[in-house]
Amino acid sequence: MAAQNKVILYGTWFSPYAKMVEVALKVKGIPYEYVEEDLGNKSPMLLKLNPIHKKVPVLVHNGKAIVESLVIIEYMDETWKTGPRLLPEDPYKRSQFRFWASYMHQVFEALTEVVTTSGEAQEKAVKETFEQLYLLEEGLKGLFPEGIVSSDGEFSNGKLLELVMFSCFGTYEEGLQEVLGIDVIDPEKTPLLFSCISALMEIPALKESCNPHENMVAFLKSYREDALKSATA
Amino acid sequence: MSQVTVLGAWSSPYVYRVIWALKLKGVDYEYVEEDVLHNKSDRLLKYNPVHKKVPVLVHAGKPIAESAVILEYIEETWPQNPLLPKDPHERALARFWIKFGEDKFGALFGFFMTEGEQQVKATKERQEQLTILEEQGLGDKKFFGGDEIGMADLEFGWLAWWMDVMSELAGVKGIEAETFPRLHAWIQRFKDIPTIKEHLPDRSAMLTYFKGGRAILLASAKS
Repeated sequence: MAAQNKVILYGTWFSPYAKMVEVALKVKGIPYEYVEEDLGNKSPMLLKLNPIHKKVPVLVHNGKAIVESLVIIEYMDETWKTGPRLLPEDPYKRSQFRFWASYMHQVFEALTEVVTTSGEAQEKAVKETFEQLYLLEEGLKGLFPEGIVSSDGEFSNGKLLELVMFSCFGTYEEGLQEVLGIDVIDPEKTPLLFSCISALMEIPALKESCNPHENMVAFLKSYREDALKSATA
Repeated sequence: MSQVTVLGAWSSPYVYRVIWALKLKGVDYEYVEEDVLHNKSDRLLKYNPVHKKVPVLVHAGKPIAESAVILEYIEETWPQNPLLPKDPHERALARFWIKFGEDKFGALFGFFMTEGEQQVKATKERQEQLTILEEQGLGDKKFFGGDEIGMADLEFGWLAWWMDVMSELAGVKGIEAETFPRLHAWIQRFKDIPTIKEHLPDRSAMLTYFKGGRAILLASAKS
């Protein structure tokens, strides 16, 4: 009986992909056990659950592993029918949510380039990131012509894009500002994104899921130092 | 009433995934060939401003880009001849392999963009990924989708037709029965499905086109 519907999430505190899944579980009201993985010393269990990629997040439900954060999201909507939807009901809207969620992950990867480079290479990465953020802003404007995305009362509107915005940009924004001196989400360059993320960061459930600022700063600093060191080696 | 349009390019495996899905489900559509190398249409740039690529599916005037996203939309809009299983965990596995195909395309394709030492390395990488597909993706199943073809088969469909042409042009082995018995057998089964058989680009046209493509890729790698 205890194993029935048991949910375990394997994650890493600084992974936006794991964070997105964790917050999705909270939003849907699904009880879960969280296991923190040390990516420098991966557990035998993680390697068994995700032998091909050896990455987090991994969701284990009733002993079966689901891998890839956006695949986990689809699984969650299909398996737990109570609580807010992560993807909307309408097929066209669903396609747009899938497209933009995946694109936001791509923008996050571009942001990683900014963190791990310097000089000309960093300038190039910054330019590319802002170009992508602009495209994201335009896309979101088209998808949400009324403005602010977050609406607690509506069940047919999916929560996915808010969760990706929160996990990829919201939780990283302050740390990036301090370590790089760059305002990634600029109210003048991307006003809709800025206002959405600002609103999301005020929601108690999301606020308490944020990583402590000092931890993010320390992490980003050492991640950057390591990357720059190995680039010149 | 056909309200479905596909913006495509005749040589693109990504486009064919969409064509196969529509054909398998018996959905009528209008096909528009885009000159993606030299002269993308205003319509394409308007419908896919982010990536400016094909395929784009337009349904009742609304555009959808990215083949994986398009396939999910097709599956939901025209549920006949389903391409995904019913069980959520099985669906998650199918989606895992589709993402694997997207993420590993570069690793599977790298041999075609390289020569000499780099090509040896890239071919080894390709073989490693094919081994994962052979042993864990396909395993003992008839198709990636099980007894019938599914979305994951469409994702890897390019291995059944494009890979052979590219291997020939690059001077490397294709997917041979000795090294990849299961994938090799799957390739024959996949190509034999009438809908697939009837919708494959012309092989000799591909040889010409991709020969030029390889030359361009190798030249730009040197510059």
